[in-house]
Amino acid sequence: MRSLETVTMALATVMLLAGCAGNTVSSTTASPHARSMALGAPVAEADLVAWNIDVRGPDGQGLPPGSGNARTGKALFDAKCASCHGAAAAGGPMFGTMVGGIGSFKTDKRLLTPGSMYPYAPALFDYIRRAMPLTEPQSLSNDETYAVTAYLLHLNGLVDQDVEMNSTSLAAIRMPNRDGFIVDDRPDTSAARCMQDCKPLRTSVAAP
Amino acid sequence: MDQKIDGVRLVAAARTELEAHSSITHNPSRRALLAKTAAAAVTGLAGVGVARAEPLSVPESNKTLGRPLPPEEYGVPSKYESHVKRRRTDVLVNKQNYSDWSFTPLHQQLGTVTPNGLIYERHHNGVPDINPDQHRFVIHGMVRQPLVFSMSDLMKYPSVSRFHFMECSGNGLTDWLKPAARTVQQTHGLLSCAQWTGIPVSTLLDEAGVSPSATWALAEGGDGAAHARSIPMKKLMEDALIVYAANGEMLRPENGYPLRLFIPGWEGNVSIKWLRRLKLGDQPWHLRSETARYTDPMPDGKWRQFSFEMEAKSVITSPSGSMKIRPGPIEIVGFAWSGKGSIRAVDVTLDGGRTWRQAQLEGPVMDKCLTRFRLQWNWNGGPTTIASRCVDSTGYVQPTVEDIQKVRAITGFVQHHNGVFPWSINEAGEVKNAIA
Repeated sequence: MRSLETVTMALATVMLLAGCAGNTVSSTTASPHARSMALGAPVAEADLVAWNIDVRGPDGQGLPPGSGNARTGKALFDAKCASCHGAAAAGGPMFGTMVGGIGSFKTDKRLLTPGSMYPYAPALFDYIRRAMPLTEPQSLSNDETYAVTAYLLHLNGLVDQDVEMNSTSLAAIRMPNRDGFIVDDRPDTSAARCMQDCKPLRTSVAAP
Repeated sequence: MDQKIDGVRLVAAARTELEAHSSITHNPSRRALLAKTAAAAVTGLAGVGVARAEPLSVPESNKTLGRPLPPEEYGVPSKYESHVKRRRTDVLVNKQNYSDWSFTPLHQQLGTVTPNGLIYERHHNGVPDINPDQHRFVIHGMVRQPLVFSMSDLMKYPSVSRFHFMECSGNGLTDWLKPAARTVQQTHGLLSCAQWTGIPVSTLLDEAGVSPSATWALAEGGDGAAHARSIPMKKLMEDALIVYAANGEMLRPENGYPLRLFIPGWEGNVSIKWLRRLKLGDQPWHLRSETARYTDPMPDGKWRQFSFEMEAKSVITSPSGSMKIRPGPIEIVGFAWSGKGSIRAVDVTLDGGRTWRQAQLEGPVMDKCLTRFRLQWNWNGGPTTIASRCVDSTGYVQPTVEDIQKVRAITGFVQHHNGVFPWSINEAGEVKNAIA
């Protein structure tokens, strides 16, 4: 026991001195788990290709080779998507419309569609690739994903039906809602802690 | 069931449920019994006249063999508690139940910790079946060395356990301007609290060697939606956990088994379940789940993005919607919580907001954790409206919907509803959602 305590104290002293000496320290220095256990197996990025499916919106980083247009996209959509989303993505038995939202955000009824909502078109490719069709996610080829993306953009009036969507053309589309976002700026309320003679709460109950 | 013998237990249950409506208690005979005992309990407390208890006989349970111990088992709640369940929404009913949600029965939660089988759910493509032996977690992108971890690797790291609430940003979205949901389970039940056990994210990121240029990371799940979010590195290094257990046992499948991210105090959907990957980068990704969803409508057609923090909020859980009370002493209880720190105070109004009095907080009061409050009240039988309002350790005071409406657009399915929530009580003692 004695020797263990001595070792622990010595170690603590060394760590303390290291800290005082201004060594480069990681953010975890304060936690008891800073010591590396090195249990993760090194892997090459090339061996992660099958998992590395994300596409970055603003610059399209991660968009794969391949291409597709709205004509081929329509056939795919009719076969694999319309049963839930409805013909021409106008809404189906499972999900609502994916068209017609552009221009609705300054009205009382904002209609959230890929056309009205996405600030960057590559995010549509990303979502279809990672999550659609719901029953068979990650089953579409890159060409098929480009084609379905092209069809949805076409239905939203953003690309012509013969325009090929690929890593360059998709990232080049300027989406209507590109400048529609603000970054979190809360707290945006500053309620007072009134205790007496306060303004009554607004309620759905008629005043007695 | 022996009615006389079970009376004591039922009175206790009745204090929580009061005269619970049919969606909470399905068994009609049990409901009638509850109503009777609740009435007896309240009447008794009010001193209107306590009915003399009948002579007690020896209960059957004292005179018979109990259930023998099986060789092994996983214990489950009493059959008399089978009505305590998560429920899908009664209001915004999805046409499918894969991208869907279910609510925690907050009015039946008896401490601050939510039992694992009652933690709320929000899935984007159902619950995957993942074999932990085959599960892999990857850190890559802007790191010195990409790494792959197995579950057995991860569980060798020293663990930390922390109590934190988790709340869906969409909690309450059906009830901003007029009442839609009837119970507190449906108005506030996308909220749970657990002791989460895992490894600080910073520990594993340090192993991979974070590039000084990395400012954001993409977290991605191993489910059929591969649900993903961009998260600032600052928060990941600060207090985020890679979690494999809740409340002392491995995560339930619906809560991310075998591995999830847990981001204390932030909207639940960033605590990616079934976590398979963290990819470091130097900007956010602007994925569907951070543009087309999980953004907040603002005036002039804009949207607020990356609104991660769950601001301070409280709600009275008893009495609450669909309960029925009798004149006399009533114990008001509820929960308060803040994603920015701990709860400093909770005030309760019993007169529709004209006056407020400070409630008692039940310890321990922990950071980013559910805190229970209580207040004794003697209801005189007159119609009124009750509500709670909390203050957190930053000094932030829970706003009203009116306050929020002045600065945000309340249109459509609006996230981040932390408004003061009124329950009306009519002359019959019926408690109803009174949001407006």
